[in-house]
Amino acid sequence: MSLPLIRTLVDRLVAGLIVLCVSVAAVPVLVLFLFVLINGLPGMLTPGFFTDPPHPQGVPGGGVLNAIIGTLEIVGIGSLLAVPVGALIGIFLSEYGRNQIGNTVRFISDVFTGLPSIAFGIFGYTVVVLTTHHFSALSASVALAVLMLPVILRATETALVLVPNSLREAGLALGAPRWRVTLEIVVPAALGGIVTGALLAMARAAGETAPLLFTAFGNDIVQTNPLQPMGALSLTIFRNALVPYPNLQQQAWAAALLLVTLVAATNILARIYVRRIQR
Amino acid sequence: MQTKVAPSPARDADAEIKLDARQVNFWYGDFQALQDASLAVQARKITALIGPSGCGKTTFLRIFNRMHDLTPGTRATGEVLLDGHNVLSPDTDVINLRRQVGMLFQRANPFPKSIYDNVAYGPHILGWSKPQINEIVEESLKDTALWEEVKDRLHRSALNLSGGQQQRLCLARALAVKPDVILMDEPASALDPIATLRIEELMQELKKRYTIVIVTHNMQQSARVSDFTAFMLMNERRAGEVIEFGPTDDIFNRPKDSRTEDYITGRFG
Repeated sequence: MSLPLIRTLVDRLVAGLIVLCVSVAAVPVLVLFLFVLINGLPGMLTPGFFTDPPHPQGVPGGGVLNAIIGTLEIVGIGSLLAVPVGALIGIFLSEYGRNQIGNTVRFISDVFTGLPSIAFGIFGYTVVVLTTHHFSALSASVALAVLMLPVILRATETALVLVPNSLREAGLALGAPRWRVTLEIVVPAALGGIVTGALLAMARAAGETAPLLFTAFGNDIVQTNPLQPMGALSLTIFRNALVPYPNLQQQAWAAALLLVTLVAATNILARIYVRRIQR
Repeated sequence: MQTKVAPSPARDADAEIKLDARQVNFWYGDFQALQDASLAVQARKITALIGPSGCGKTTFLRIFNRMHDLTPGTRATGEVLLDGHNVLSPDTDVINLRRQVGMLFQRANPFPKSIYDNVAYGPHILGWSKPQINEIVEESLKDTALWEEVKDRLHRSALNLSGGQQQRLCLARALAVKPDVILMDEPASALDPIATLRIEELMQELKKRYTIVIVTHNMQQSARVSDFTAFMLMNERRAGEVIEFGPTDDIFNRPKDSRTEDYITGRFG
């Protein structure tokens, strides 16, 4: 057999294997999305799904307005807490953290990344709920903020480390102090990565259920006061999926579809944003 | 103690010495990279450092504005006098030093900002007013022959410029803080011959006002552009030494040291 033929066969074989591997990775995600779409779409199209709070059991209709507002507010406040702190720690790690302190922070952050998410719920419960004697959206935000922190700070550090050293040298060679070079040159150059990291952390936090169970607690009334118990999409899914009423189960599917769409949209937006500023 | 300084024609009585390196030793950790390197750089002349790879040219150059501070574990001894003040002494204000001694790097490294913001960054750090900055940006871009090419797109990204334009932009950025000395670390090694020629032409213009020290391992470039040339080589312990230093014409046509002659005639390196 001639050599080029063997090469062609090997080439085909390896290409086939790669397609197979990609399919193994991609198909479950697509199936999951389709499954949620098929089961959730009818519920989502029910009148009042986006605009009404849940109705009492036995009253037809009702929606998840309480949960939509809750998820946005809880994640929003959590991000306000976590993004600045996480970004600052990330800047410290990249620019000043090549030492024992930096390594310690990195180690702690990695441990936090691996903690089960319910542990963050316990943190929010202990620190906020027990001290205020009250379930609240704020306690959930605190729990989610701690959960988001390691993701944000690692993403920030990675983005900053990728900024070529020649840019730092150029700034310093002009007689700029190090802190100004960091804030005015290095951070803007890495902004795409930092923003992406923050958005991905927000997307992850939005999908968390366990940290909310005994912090936000859930609330069937539309509530905007962060010091009161509040609903969230993940809590709606968790609770409604466990009850024997078909209309509530359908609502759980619809809430799942909404949550998946929000998370996917955030991810896609993050990617589009990065692509645009990289140009 | 009388320090021994390499005797050279550059040290004649009426020449103004801008930068005077005396007996500089330099270590990266335990490794000595420079041994007793001396160099007297005349004001408003171009001084070239040549020699084979690894002989310490760039290390020597980066000591002049203390860029070696950025590398952990480095240490320098000896003196580098800038207008009589020792740059290496601990009480040197490094920020001020770098405003006086600017630098152009091997690869063009514009900030990922607009053309205007690149040149304006140094003056902005110095706290100059907006009209002053506008003026200095235009002046610096004219000095680097970029103004006509970019004046209609000052607020577009500097990253869209060609490699040669980017390097001239970096030069304009360095000029904008009004330095006395400009250090150039193989500034044309990543450029095509035409862009290289433009940089070399600019150097001839700029030396009327600035003192330039250039590292190059292109001997023709050194012969073309410089007034003085220092030939460096590493010794048996791999530490860089200045072998011979003098007017470029002498180094290339009447070298005193056989090692210089071997190098410039292409017998090694």
